[in-house]
Amino acid sequence: MKFTVKLLKDFPQYLWSGWGAIASILLFVATWDIGHQIYGSLVLPSPLETFGTLGAMLGDPAVIDDINTTLYRAFLGFFISLTLGSVLGLLAGFFATASMMSRPIVTILMGMPPIAWIVLAMIWFGMSDETVIFTVVVASFPIIFVGALQGTRTLDGELKQMADSFKLPYRMKFFDIYFPHIFSYLFPAWVSGLGMSWKIVIMAELLASNDGLGAGLAVARSHLDTPTALAIVSIMIGSLMFIEYIVLEPIKREVELWRD
Amino acid sequence: MERLEVSKLNHHFGFTEVLNNINFTLEQGQVLSVVGPSGGGKTTLLHLCAGLLDVEEGRVENSFVSSSFAFQDARLLPWKNVIDNISLGLLANGWDKTVATKKSQEIALKFGPEADDFDKFPKDLSGGMRQRVSFARALAVRPSLLFLDEPFSALDIGLKQESQTILIDMISKKSITILFITHDIMEAIKLSDKVLLLEADPGHIVKEFSFELPQKQRDDKFVYEQTAKILQDKTIINTFELRPIGAKL
Repeated sequence: MKFTVKLLKDFPQYLWSGWGAIASILLFVATWDIGHQIYGSLVLPSPLETFGTLGAMLGDPAVIDDINTTLYRAFLGFFISLTLGSVLGLLAGFFATASMMSRPIVTILMGMPPIAWIVLAMIWFGMSDETVIFTVVVASFPIIFVGALQGTRTLDGELKQMADSFKLPYRMKFFDIYFPHIFSYLFPAWVSGLGMSWKIVIMAELLASNDGLGAGLAVARSHLDTPTALAIVSIMIGSLMFIEYIVLEPIKREVELWRD
Repeated sequence: MERLEVSKLNHHFGFTEVLNNINFTLEQGQVLSVVGPSGGGKTTLLHLCAGLLDVEEGRVENSFVSSSFAFQDARLLPWKNVIDNISLGLLANGWDKTVATKKSQEIALKFGPEADDFDKFPKDLSGGMRQRVSFARALAVRPSLLFLDEPFSALDIGLKQESQTILIDMISKKSITILFITHDIMEAIKLSDKVLLLEADPGHIVKEFSFELPQKQRDDKFVYEQTAKILQDKTIINTFELRPIGAKL
């Protein structure tokens, strides 16, 4: 409760600190417009044209449906990997053998290109929701798993000893000693996992689905409709930036105040 | 009567013998210090007495109602501010959060941190300040037995003296019993009723010194004289491998 109040209290100040970021984005848009003036509309539509298309698309219920489908897939996949990755990572971290054995498997999962997973998933699940969600899970799971694993493996033995010397009850040991440490590893892993889900969902949809933003992108490609393609990209980037900078970053700042 | 009794204590780490046949008794109200060179098993002995390590051979009997431990390094929780760190022990003893916070603020003021520092995280404190917060945390629970593992070694002489004065005050009121580890012989002479000399490889007690004069009456002269006397002692010279200044190595 106290945390939420502090979060809301510091929020306006955080937003105000965003002018630099906005200036940088506007500069980027300006460079984009220069590119448009050099190469013309077919290769690179102007920002104005793109945002115009974007506005028109957002008024279309079919597009809104696509956005919702993509959001649903990305979040479902993300939550599955969040739950699985956190729980399994914590468990593996508590047992030396399990963490030793899981390392190579994680390397295999991380090293396997997502595109290969998509192909496999298409064979296993066909052109369906499952294919996309499966790919999202398989791509973001290892990131979260490793975060949880690292968090548990790096618990400080000296602090544990200190806790023992004060005879801290189990509940306090968990909430005051273990949890803050593990969370400081887990939370950034969740953030990267979410970013990964967002990128993978589009790729999987583009190749293995008939609806969603990724499929829209595939259609735009086949029609050589650059403004629509760019508008879809803008939706993706805009929503990612919103989640990352407006939702997650303020939380991250508050929970990591104690860090150097 | 509360007491800590250690008898025939041996300890091994793997095949290395760290402690060999340690025997001593610490009575209520006493200050016992263990001095010896670094790496001689002092910290291991203290951990065994405090129950932070399991006793393998021999006996450690502790009948003190409460105890706390001040470590060589501060060991503060980096995600908790000064006050929450100090109140940790109180909360573990089941104190109410508001009462514990209030009590911790009082104690903090006594040990150095000021009201401005209360909300700071350990990363924003100086090394000496962290050490004093850790010391305050150990004393906040009003332990009847206090284990000290060179808690003053990181402090400058002024702060060291300040902390020692607080301890001497508690000692003279007989409100605390202390088992103290140090490699600083002067510090040991200033604070202890009894000093045990621990020789390394494996750690064993080679000599025992007692001081009758109450700690409050020990002035600099007393401390310097006793130190000079002890430094002449053959056993001390051998244990710390002291050589006269100017002697060839």
